[in-house]
Amino acid sequence: MTALEIATAVRSGKRSARSVVDEYLGAIAEGDDDIHAFNMVTAAEARTRADEIDGAVAAGQDPGPLAGVPVALKDNLCTRGVATTCSSRILEGWEPPYDAHVVEQLHNAGAVVVGKTNMDEFAMGSSTENSAFGPTRNPCDLSRVPGGSSGGSAAAVAAGFAPVALGSDTGGSIRQPAALCGVVGVKPTYGRVSRYGLVAFASSLDQIGPIATTVADAATVLDVIGFTDPRDQTNRLPDPKQVSDTLSDGVNGLRVGVLTELSGNGIAPDVAARLQVAVGALESAGADVAKVSVPSAIYGLSAYYVIAPAEASSNLARFDGVRYGLRVDGSSTSDMNTATRSVGFGDEVKRRIMIGTYALSAGYYDAYYGKAQKVRTLIINDFNRVWYGDKFDLLLSPTSPTTAFSLGARTADPMSMYMSDVCTVPVNLTGQAAMSVPYGVGDDGLPVGVQVMAPVQGEPVMFRAAKVLEDSL
Amino acid sequence: MSADLHDVPGLGTPADTEWETVVGLEVHAELATATKLFSASPNRFGGDPNTHIDPVSLGLPGSLPVINEEAVNLAIRVGLALNCQVQTSVFARKHYFYPDMPKNFQISQYDHPINVDGWLELPSGKRIGIERAHLEEDTGKTAHVGGGGRIHEAGYSLVDYNRAGVPLIEIVGGPDLRSAEEARQYVTELRAILVAVGASDGKMEEGSLRVDCNVSVRPEGTNRLGTRCEIKNVNSLRSMGRAIDYEARRQIDLLTSGQLVEQQTRHWNEDEGRTHALRSKEEDYDYRYFPEPDLLPLVISDHKVAQIQNELPPLPQDLRRNLAKAAPSVDADLIGLIVERGLYDLALAAFDQTSGNLRAIKRLRNHFAHDLAGGHGSLLAKALIDLVNMEEAGDLTATQAKKVLAVLVESGGSPQDAAQELGFEAMDTGELESLVDSLIAEHAEEWSRFCDGDGKLTGFFVGQVMRATQGRADGKVVTQLLNSRRG
Repeated sequence: MTALEIATAVRSGKRSARSVVDEYLGAIAEGDDDIHAFNMVTAAEARTRADEIDGAVAAGQDPGPLAGVPVALKDNLCTRGVATTCSSRILEGWEPPYDAHVVEQLHNAGAVVVGKTNMDEFAMGSSTENSAFGPTRNPCDLSRVPGGSSGGSAAAVAAGFAPVALGSDTGGSIRQPAALCGVVGVKPTYGRVSRYGLVAFASSLDQIGPIATTVADAATVLDVIGFTDPRDQTNRLPDPKQVSDTLSDGVNGLRVGVLTELSGNGIAPDVAARLQVAVGALESAGADVAKVSVPSAIYGLSAYYVIAPAEASSNLARFDGVRYGLRVDGSSTSDMNTATRSVGFGDEVKRRIMIGTYALSAGYYDAYYGKAQKVRTLIINDFNRVWYGDKFDLLLSPTSPTTAFSLGARTADPMSMYMSDVCTVPVNLTGQAAMSVPYGVGDDGLPVGVQVMAPVQGEPVMFRAAKVLEDSL
Repeated sequence: MSADLHDVPGLGTPADTEWETVVGLEVHAELATATKLFSASPNRFGGDPNTHIDPVSLGLPGSLPVINEEAVNLAIRVGLALNCQVQTSVFARKHYFYPDMPKNFQISQYDHPINVDGWLELPSGKRIGIERAHLEEDTGKTAHVGGGGRIHEAGYSLVDYNRAGVPLIEIVGGPDLRSAEEARQYVTELRAILVAVGASDGKMEEGSLRVDCNVSVRPEGTNRLGTRCEIKNVNSLRSMGRAIDYEARRQIDLLTSGQLVEQQTRHWNEDEGRTHALRSKEEDYDYRYFPEPDLLPLVISDHKVAQIQNELPPLPQDLRRNLAKAAPSVDADLIGLIVERGLYDLALAAFDQTSGNLRAIKRLRNHFAHDLAGGHGSLLAKALIDLVNMEEAGDLTATQAKKVLAVLVESGGSPQDAAQELGFEAMDTGELESLVDSLIAEHAEEWSRFCDGDGKLTGFFVGQVMRATQGRADGKVVTQLLNSRRG
């Protein structure tokens, strides 16, 4: 069942939230030993919550648009009184005293949190292999990675452990695992969804978004979580337009560009072939599709791997063993800090803290962080020319250059792992919206995702195109 | 000696060189907001440890800062009061690891501070440049337990985050001060401005006003600045003065003995009366500033600046100017003291009422300089004027007036009532004349010396009268009587 079907059934009293939740908890108990999508399953809390929703329905109240819908949360979203680990040892034992804004919104809409999902430590990775608690496997092929960093959330949805999940996307961390697991994944416009309660990786790039099996479910969840929140000063979009209302408006007359720089070199032929099929589907639905060039887009990855680590080195400074989480004792405060961070952080996190610290250091700032910000501005200007000069409504590219790769295939070579994000990173730098829509399979029978990109606040139009693609399969 | 060393002002100069001390102060003032700079916890001094906290002040994962408008408004008030340009500002993260700093970075402002390029006018009229006055958050406090509170000997440390996130304005003054005394005047004036505009309570003893001193020296007449040292931990105006004098002396001694001053951060030790090195320039932190991505640039409209400018209360320098106009015969130092001691309203009313009456003004000057040094207490302007009039009329002697004034400051009321309660009634002239005559008879020898012109004996006789009358007699009347008896 889709989330919308569940909500409709629960709201009308046809089905109890409790039976829905029990069914999904059963699926998790049965299947998650193989997949390891979850760091923690909150079965007892979920059942209590389901009973509350059933009570509300029985009392004639409407629990909301996600009534009784099980939701899996990436383990970097704060949940009051429930461990939030970021798949890192350094947060060992920490239970946030508050819920993230998105968790509050889901709760108010009647959703039921069933657990916290595995991820690359602090969202740093593209395969969910950088988890302190072991990797997540791709439900489509257990020898393959689910992508990352929201690999646990994408795998949970793909495996049927939850109809919808939330992830966070800093450089592709929702879209790439969604593509590799064959589900829908959305990176909203920066500032659409409050980051309050999201453990920060790179603050100027992070955005929370939904993962779902259908475009309509993703739309419903986005509409629920995309409310203005004064606790996040960057959450400043004036009344974001709901996407569900216009979902079926089609693409007739829209101008769609295929992004040359992200669709040719380095893209596996079977992935490129699926993109061509998607182009045909949009054209048949009345869209005007043309090739378009954003020359600076290829520099996105380089800029990203300076900016994101720089912000991460700052955001992760607070994990020092003083106030919460892991503490490894030392002979002085400084020794304690060092010992805690040495033991508590994994290799990839340490690598990025070092890169970021270096990029911000006196004498290197201009050459690295400063230069990367200039590249970022260049990319924003290039994209704005396409949107507002050439009047394109949407852009297309593959989400990931390849289908899911094998566990261990890229762990020894960070650069090859970083290349996984080449198509997804540019919109994080520009703040635009983008989503991955599953679009058939590659030569290996594994899912391929098509990325639809929209200008800032272009979600309604983006979702219309995603729906057309989904319906064309 | 290398070419570089020739550039060091004063290096190897003879000990009898005239030296100039150059001081620039960085003042941190806690802004008197209801809540913290980026969260809703109360901004209040004291309280049980870790009771004024929340996820943002603890820097918990997932927490985000939200700018406090009230703090911004106060910062603008300070900026305008210091004649600064108010501009669009950008918050920046300043990184260093310290347990009482919850995020291990401080949200401050770096290359785009909210206020720049102002000045502060000392009571002497000298203007001291203000380079910038920016917003930032305060840290918590660490208590080292065991080992007498010393960090290296402590068994363990406890951290109180009540202060973490309290809004601060850091006011960076130019290297324009030339002595410890000028530095004292600067801080006093700055504090008065902060209090006048309602930005801070200015309490150094509670740490709501903290001063770091940049001190260098150079031979008189040199234009180049010497190498400076930054002195931390001066917790009162007195220790600031001592620290500056000590540090200037230390640097002069180094230079005259042919040694270089090393750029350092130094710690003032109040008990030992000296500074010692904390860290050298090379050991200084690399703060790795970068723009705070969780906050938007702070854009302030011209309209808002104009509105705040209009709402600014009169500043100490305005008060001094008004007072100087109302009382032209009062010198600038005393006017400065009157304003500093919060006696402006009282003084303005009193000088206004006595305008043109030079004798009354002289009495007022005395009262303001000496008797009211501790503030006006319950004294009202009308009572002060009545008091001076009573002195003028000879109803009270100067000594009695002092005592009456003390009562008025303590408990208010009218000078007439206070004088009566103290038993100060004007002496009958006849009574005084007979007293003087009996004293002359009693001290015949002194009297003949007085008649021979020994002026010192005036004091002797007046003193005797005062003793006999317990200060009730008017010294001037007694002198007149003595002179008339001499014939």
